[in-house]
Amino acid sequence: MSADLTHTGLTREQMARRAARDIPDGAYVNLGIGIPELVAAHIPPGREVVYHTENGVMGFGPPPPKGEEDPELINAGKKAITLLPGASFFHHADSFAMIRGGHIDFCILGAMQVAANGDLANWSTGAPDAIPAVGGAMDLVAGAGRIVVITEHVTKDGAPKLVETCTYPLTGRAVVARVFTDLAVIDVMPEGFLLREIAPGVEVDTVKRLTGAPLAVAPDLAVIEA
Amino acid sequence: MIDKRVADPAAAVADIKDGDTILIGGFGEAGSPIELIHALIDQGARDLVVASNNTGNGQVGLAALIAAKRVRKMICSYPRSSNSRVFPELYRKGEIELELVPQGTLAERIRAGGAGIPAFFTPSSVGTVLAENKETRSFEGRDYVMERWLRADFALVKAELGDRLGNLTYNKSARNFGPIMCMAARTAIVQVSRIVEPGGIDPEVVVTPGVFVGRVVEVPNAAHESVLVAQGVTYP
Repeated sequence: MSADLTHTGLTREQMARRAARDIPDGAYVNLGIGIPELVAAHIPPGREVVYHTENGVMGFGPPPPKGEEDPELINAGKKAITLLPGASFFHHADSFAMIRGGHIDFCILGAMQVAANGDLANWSTGAPDAIPAVGGAMDLVAGAGRIVVITEHVTKDGAPKLVETCTYPLTGRAVVARVFTDLAVIDVMPEGFLLREIAPGVEVDTVKRLTGAPLAVAPDLAVIEA
Repeated sequence: MIDKRVADPAAAVADIKDGDTILIGGFGEAGSPIELIHALIDQGARDLVVASNNTGNGQVGLAALIAAKRVRKMICSYPRSSNSRVFPELYRKGEIELELVPQGTLAERIRAGGAGIPAFFTPSSVGTVLAENKETRSFEGRDYVMERWLRADFALVKAELGDRLGNLTYNKSARNFGPIMCMAARTAIVQVSRIVEPGGIDPEVVVTPGVFVGRVVEVPNAAHESVLVAQGVTYP
């Protein structure tokens, strides 16, 4: 892969802003650790979204100012949060009842790999010396309403993260509906990946070349409003 | 008269035996019962099976218990974090066992244990390595994996207010595993910031009813793991 290509895509903030536009008014939302966390700051005005964190808080707000962190008020990434009016606390079994029971409408996760059938790998490389750690990812993909992924299109080494078949251990089978990357918005369709939107200045052929599985192009392909 | 109050953490954990299974509350440092864990280190029980979401940070609390080689096996969902070196080191050397469980399955196994349900079917982990060698069954066209309850000899939990009957409230997201761990242990040992008179907690806001609690010990101004780690404290 030549180095110029990844620099023409969206920044992380732009990726988060595009993903935020998909979240409907009134949704109960769980954001994974990493780039997904950036999405909360970009919800379009006029929409009310309630954030769930699986360690047991509904209705949390932005991080507190430095020096006002409370070690007993944290999110799933173990970072300090604040509460919005109407927030609630609950224990872990209730929190995962919300997830598995289908009460969380929308979930945005990071990914190591997404396969053309919607399989997701995002918890382990399967390396023999790795310390396996799964957290709540398998529960989220099993139960949340709509699962979307936000990720760089390729790895740091330039390898595609959208692939024919995941080579890393799976988090869940056929669970991902849509992928937001720095280059494109891609839907997982029964036939495979479908390019819906493309980042400004990026060529369709570039996206195809950096995608590790066949990529169909929507007839009404749009340019992402960055 | 029922009086579940115990004088101090040492007395609260005195009868934990070698080989016991112990549920330890907390998600990261929030809700981690550090003073009870330190008392357990002092007490000396070994060959323990510990279920906790994580494996502790630095050289205090749960990480210190593991470092002291008291734990034979960890049951958890996320055994690493930015400051957790003790568990990964022992695990790589083959000196500690790990049963990795999805976080929601861990919670539901504990809840089921407390509720008298020996097994249940969940969609979490279906089709993944964590469902291998487990019974799966299809209900209404979807596959589910069978998971077993998780019960324990003891639970170590941190709560906020408690009374002599064992009624509890918690502090914010430190609630996490506390209520279900109290349910699933033969004896739930709870450190609280303050003990109040019966009636001092409004029945409408009791989170854990005292029937689930065995012992309550007051630990005012409990330590926070991140503060101890930042100060470079090691225990013992």
